[in-house]
Amino acid sequence: MATGNAQINDFVLKIATVNGSGSASANGLLMKALFRMGIPVTGKNLFPSNIQGLPTWYEIRASREGYNARVSRVDVMVAMNAQTYARDLAEVGEGGYLIYDSTWPRESQLQREGVHVLGIPLSGMVNANFESARVRTAAPIRTLMKNIAYVGALCALMQIDREIVRKLLEETFAAKPKLVEPNFKAVTLGYDYAREHFDCPLRVRAAPMDGTGGKILIEGNAAAALGCLYAGATVGAWYPITPSTSLMDAFENFCNKFRKDPETGENRFCIIQAEDELAAAGMVLGAGWAGARAFTPTSGPGISLMSEFIGFAYYTEIPAVFFDIQRVGPSTGMPTRTQQCDLMTAAYASHGDTRHPVLLPSDPKECFEMAVAAFDLAERLQTPVFVLSDLDIGMNEWMVDELEWDDSYRPDRGKVLTDEDLTRIDQFHRYLDVDGDGIPYRTLPGSHPKGSYFVRGSGHDQYGRYTEDADEYQQVVDRLRLKWQTAKTLVPDAVLRSARGHTDVGIIAFGSSHGATVEALDRLAAEGVDADYLRLRAFPFGKEVEKFLDQHRLVFVLEQNRDAQMRGLLMLELDADPDKLISILHYNGLPVPSDVIVESVTEHIRQGAVA
Amino acid sequence: MSYITKPKVKWSGRQTNELGLTLADYEGGLSTLCAGCGHDSITAALVKAFWELALKPEQVIKLSGIGCSSKTPAYFLSGAHGFNSVHGRMPSVATGAQAARRDLIAIGISGDGDSLSIGFGQFAHAVRRNLNVLYIIENNGVYGLTKGQFSASADPGSKTKKGLENRNQAIDPVTTAISLGGSFVARSFSGDKEQLVPLIKAGLRHPGCAVIDVISPCVTFNDHEGSTKSYAWTRQHLHAAIETDYVAPSTEIEVDYAEGEVSDVELHDGSVIRLKKLDQDFDPSSRAQVLGHLAAAHERQEILTGLLFLNEDLPSLHTIQGTSRKPLSRFAFDELNPGAAALKTLQEGMR
Repeated sequence: MATGNAQINDFVLKIATVNGSGSASANGLLMKALFRMGIPVTGKNLFPSNIQGLPTWYEIRASREGYNARVSRVDVMVAMNAQTYARDLAEVGEGGYLIYDSTWPRESQLQREGVHVLGIPLSGMVNANFESARVRTAAPIRTLMKNIAYVGALCALMQIDREIVRKLLEETFAAKPKLVEPNFKAVTLGYDYAREHFDCPLRVRAAPMDGTGGKILIEGNAAAALGCLYAGATVGAWYPITPSTSLMDAFENFCNKFRKDPETGENRFCIIQAEDELAAAGMVLGAGWAGARAFTPTSGPGISLMSEFIGFAYYTEIPAVFFDIQRVGPSTGMPTRTQQCDLMTAAYASHGDTRHPVLLPSDPKECFEMAVAAFDLAERLQTPVFVLSDLDIGMNEWMVDELEWDDSYRPDRGKVLTDEDLTRIDQFHRYLDVDGDGIPYRTLPGSHPKGSYFVRGSGHDQYGRYTEDADEYQQVVDRLRLKWQTAKTLVPDAVLRSARGHTDVGIIAFGSSHGATVEALDRLAAEGVDADYLRLRAFPFGKEVEKFLDQHRLVFVLEQNRDAQMRGLLMLELDADPDKLISILHYNGLPVPSDVIVESVTEHIRQGAVA
Repeated sequence: MSYITKPKVKWSGRQTNELGLTLADYEGGLSTLCAGCGHDSITAALVKAFWELALKPEQVIKLSGIGCSSKTPAYFLSGAHGFNSVHGRMPSVATGAQAARRDLIAIGISGDGDSLSIGFGQFAHAVRRNLNVLYIIENNGVYGLTKGQFSASADPGSKTKKGLENRNQAIDPVTTAISLGGSFVARSFSGDKEQLVPLIKAGLRHPGCAVIDVISPCVTFNDHEGSTKSYAWTRQHLHAAIETDYVAPSTEIEVDYAEGEVSDVELHDGSVIRLKKLDQDFDPSSRAQVLGHLAAAHERQEILTGLLFLNEDLPSLHTIQGTSRKPLSRFAFDELNPGAAALKTLQEGMR
């Protein structure tokens, strides 16, 4: 069976299961075992918007080069869902393998030339060795153990270190050590069966290497939640929505661990599950106005509901942080699939002339860093700030460099007048541009009476007083535009990766498309096509973006939405030449693979667009 | 929303409270509501209540939504921070502000349009969470700012100034708040300062959500046929260069009657409401009894006023949340940040 050239540490292992069958822990176990073997890995959930019963997949990509994008190729398929056998078999690449539960033999049905079908009687083995008791979860132990058994089979077939799996089981069940042995027994059942019946290892397999030193596995939402914790956010308000919910769950867990008064047990945080997204936004504004660092995690439909308050915060100049974990739109769209489709919504949320800084993390590490940056920016600029993540980053485990924290960090609270300041000055003017940067001074409730003012979304002058006077109104909104210019100097710069040689071809990408772009650039370079790459990290765009556009004859703009929203923003904000900007669009709800970029760029070369 | 600063008039012999502040120190900007508006009477009651309690204005936050009622925070306590939010969403902003600064005294002013239609959900959830706020509903049954549409508290059978009849049921904020599990629910009349001031004081002191529904007549009702101050009459008798809005000035309606008594009050449009002050032996602690009393009064076409329901034992938002007694926005950064070493240890579990 181990025929042909060995394919080591460069494969896609895909597991097809039934939603709700308890396969998540088995799949996590597999990925972590590979990670501990030193092999760079990423795992992607492809799951339905459904409680249970529908097909769900988990893809593990091992890449000795460290590439983390999704690959539209499957080397080893574990087909645990009879409903999708045909589809799963069709997805396996030439020379690949399909492993299935042969308790009910289907070899006659599961036939495809060039694909090795390996039947393992997983259910049968487990049923013969375990009672049908229920353990921990609602699923019977046999169902759970069936999943653990295929982990064991893969250990034998793909040379995944069984001792590491055992260690991981011991860590997982540290609080319930009695569960370690039955789980390992299931691993052994699968392992032994594979060893006895197949020629192990397969051509596609793992081997220890040293590609994961200094790295961690973490989901973007957990990393963002850690960022909120480390930034000193104390008030979180939210309304449950996929795929942002796990951000607040993680924040609550971290707060329970780190933010309880050791003596009294009192919480140094307040997390409120609001009645809807409108209320969540109102709570964030109320808390931000009162001087707390406050945030809300949501997704596109939530931003739609929050828009009224977002415009209010823009005009009244209240710091607020909004995490938009994007999912597929429009409307309810596909709640469990990924896109980058809320760019325009976030950039200009609400009625009237509004503009908001938007941060664009590319991986969980940047979710952590940009969460902190978002609070600093929101308070420095006194305005709503968006962190635009997506389902791919938010809900999948990514391998990233260990998160770092500098204990000398101090939050930028912006221009807040203290009681001493207020005693010293003659008069406080809420919306006066004292420093010429468009950012006024603010006071917090409960401060010196001289600092009191009225927050109002209606027309106000630079002193904060109600006005319908044409000039006074315009003075305020013109200053807000000046503040936007200041914002350009404060947001994170775009990151340039230059090609080895000179080229007048550029690629612009951002967010979760980064991994695919890096891989595509390497593949293109190997084919002799060089391109410079600018990774956008924020809106508004800084000078370096303008420079990049000026310096390149052709710029491919990669984004995961139908309508080329980023290209639109570049044209709107920088007056970029539309003829120069070529869209590469991927918007089917699955994370973008590098093939899309490579194919699009080479297609242009073929057509002579790129010399 | 007034932008006219009210002149501070000083005269000898003015009374001061424990803080040495006069009533004028608790006032705000000049009201731009129609002369005779009940809301201005409520403002006056608020000024008196805050003065009598000798609260520092800067220790108070006053919040509102949108509407005539929501303008009123501008007319009292100019030394307090104010927040005029969006329509119907005052409660959520107040919740966030309370989450950050539980040491400040929060007062939310809303109206029947603001709280019983667009903001009905937020009103309900502020009550449900027992947010520590004095929540005043200035209730006139009509949308004043958009010129006279029915609000959700308008009685069936009442008519707009255009003569349209309301056929919908009315939402009563009092029975609603009690049903929702409110901890302090009261009703009063804008012109009854004798009753309203003590209710406001009690509401401010209540450690939870104190809802006071204040019936507050709107002078724009004063538009019925035959009135010499109606829109129609004014249009017919004035020859204006352009057609503009006109609201006839009127005087605020005041009432004064004792506990247990019934008082008929004539509103600006000539209609009459019948208020009944609770008897001294009324027990506000039994929800079932209170709801029964309210229903019986409704049958008699009487509106019960006074402190209708009280449950001082109900835990408030921060008790439920287990929040620190020290206000959250007062914590030093070091008290909130776990530091680099903790982050390193935490990540051991991510390998």
